[in-house]
Amino acid sequence: MHGFANPKRFLALAKWLTPLLLVSGIVLSAIGLAWGVLNVPPDRLMGDTVRILFIHVPAAWLGMGGWTAIAISSLVFLVWKHPLASLAARAAALPGAVFTAVCLATGSIWGRPTWGTWWVWDGRLTSMLVLLFLYFGYMALAQAVAREGGSSRIPAIFGLVGAINIPIINRSVVWWNSLHQPPSITMGKSAIDPVFLWPLLIAVVGFSLLFGGIVLARMRALLADIQADARLRRKALGNEIA
Amino acid sequence: MKLRENLDQWDFVIAAYAVGLIAIIALVVWVWFDMRRAEKRRDEAKRK
Repeated sequence: MHGFANPKRFLALAKWLTPLLLVSGIVLSAIGLAWGVLNVPPDRLMGDTVRILFIHVPAAWLGMGGWTAIAISSLVFLVWKHPLASLAARAAALPGAVFTAVCLATGSIWGRPTWGTWWVWDGRLTSMLVLLFLYFGYMALAQAVAREGGSSRIPAIFGLVGAINIPIINRSVVWWNSLHQPPSITMGKSAIDPVFLWPLLIAVVGFSLLFGGIVLARMRALLADIQADARLRRKALGNEIA
Repeated sequence: MKLRENLDQWDFVIAAYAVGLIAIIALVVWVWFDMRRAEKRRDEAKRK
């Protein structure tokens, strides 16, 4: 694992893994979503709005997964000082924020015909909105540190502290009364009928592969910018001395 | 008095997929071209 912390080895791996993850993610997501929209029957209670869940659930999973990736990468950076771990945390922030926003938007659109309202300030929805603001804060902080040359430990600590929100989101429907239904899938058990479960699982796997490809592409972009800046700075310094 | 709204559920399904897919496709396209731009800039800096 430590071997991949070397930027050269990482780039050699990421070069073929990025398009592979992106293409397989797009194909599987398209299969899962098309199956969910066109091929499943309407739900007994939700009717046709059940089809929204095939995009809402994977987006929610990756909104939370993105911050979990930030927290793990931040911990690795703080403990082992791997610069690539700090880069991985920064790279996961933008896709995590986009998937969280998609989760909130699609959930709100689903809520209007199902609950009769676009929004309620209950535990699940509010903690998910807090997650979106945490992403915005993390991105602003990481960008400011990269631009002004501050310590990368600051966004890493923010990433770890913000992870407190993940179990709160997960348990919110159990701890507080909520319009949102309790968890339908738990460890080894599912309350979802297989006719809905299979396209949902395919969409979740597809979105996860897509997320991995996006994070790798962001890491490559951030690394290339750092390397270009360092090279140009060295050149400018060399010219000044000469 | 109208007690129950007559909403077409498919309008909401289409709206949800339009919002979600546009955001995700825009993200993938932007991330891919930003990566290509950054790597081209690095290669040009190497050549200078």
